[in-house]
Amino acid sequence: MIYWQIFLAFFIPGIVGYGGGPASIPLIEHEVVDRYGWLTVQEFSEVLALGNSLPGPIATKLAGYIGYEVGGVLGAVVAIGANVLPSLILMIILLNVLLKYKDSPKVKRVTVFVRPVIAVLLGLLTWDFFFESYINIGIWQTILIAVVSYLLIERWSIHPAFVICGAFLYGGLFL
Amino acid sequence: MKLQLEIFLAFFRVGIFGYGGGPASIPLVYKEVVDRYKWLDADEFGDIIALGNTLPGPIITKLAGYIGYRISGFPGMVNALVASNVPTILLMILLMKSISSIKQFDWVGGMIAAVVPVVGMMMAALTWQFFSKAKQNLGWLKSIIFCALVFFLIHFVRIHPAFIIAALVVFAFTKKDARKETAESKEGTGT
Repeated sequence: MIYWQIFLAFFIPGIVGYGGGPASIPLIEHEVVDRYGWLTVQEFSEVLALGNSLPGPIATKLAGYIGYEVGGVLGAVVAIGANVLPSLILMIILLNVLLKYKDSPKVKRVTVFVRPVIAVLLGLLTWDFFFESYINIGIWQTILIAVVSYLLIERWSIHPAFVICGAFLYGGLFL
Repeated sequence: MKLQLEIFLAFFRVGIFGYGGGPASIPLVYKEVVDRYKWLDADEFGDIIALGNTLPGPIITKLAGYIGYRISGFPGMVNALVASNVPTILLMILLMKSISSIKQFDWVGGMIAAVVPVVGMMMAALTWQFFSKAKQNLGWLKSIIFCALVFFLIHFVRIHPAFIIAALVVFAFTKKDARKETAESKEGTGT
């Protein structure tokens, strides 16, 4: 029975959480803290704080951790599956349809029309990240790190993983 | 087997180096999937992002799951999901067990703060990539107007991007044939 509850607790935020993982955090909190009482508000905020300081997608990290706490390994699997699979399956079906007709002019037109929207969405995310950085470490550090990483990644084609490790080192030592 | 290993490594790196939640990892997925392994081209990646944004739920796991599925079916999907999620979840369980208070973790703040501009820069590069793709098809003026309009709708009118993308898809499918041909000829000359 606990697994059914875990399923519901992460299925609902996954299916109504528009705007990616971060947007579904309050929904997860509502289920986990308010509805099922698995964690207190304090515990949830600690889990969230640690989750935010670790890499990787946040919603599945919360699902995996809380699922594990509540129902062990099987609980973690159920929580991640409930969070991810419904929209993933829908996505696979829809993209398969799209792929089947990818040479049709209408589908090509979809690609052309949608591209500017993607540019705007990514542009807004870009702004969010730079603004957050400006608030955290100020404008000069932000510009310095952005310029250096631009040169390394885009000009000299160094894999981002190395640049991110370098940024860690720099941040740990100087920020 | 080699392919499964590559899928695992690609999404392991995405999961372990993606700081700032799912959206921050989009440029990393692009680097791995389009630039490094060339499993998809930039257009397909754009379509996947568009649909991923239109459907609910976490974006990176949707990308990982779909791309894994696309490359090598169900095993690829499970592989990509595991690679992008499990390592950090294990880290999280381990740390929550061993650390009594999150406050001991303050020094990590500086390290992560330095990664944020790197992510911003990669996101900017990807933004430019998609904008210049749009520019190839629609020309400078049209794509700037188009982008400005979309920006206005999303940022000021606060319409969810899912609705805009859905509306554009419907529009693309129902548009009259005469205008379709001009769109096609533009695409032809542009590329």
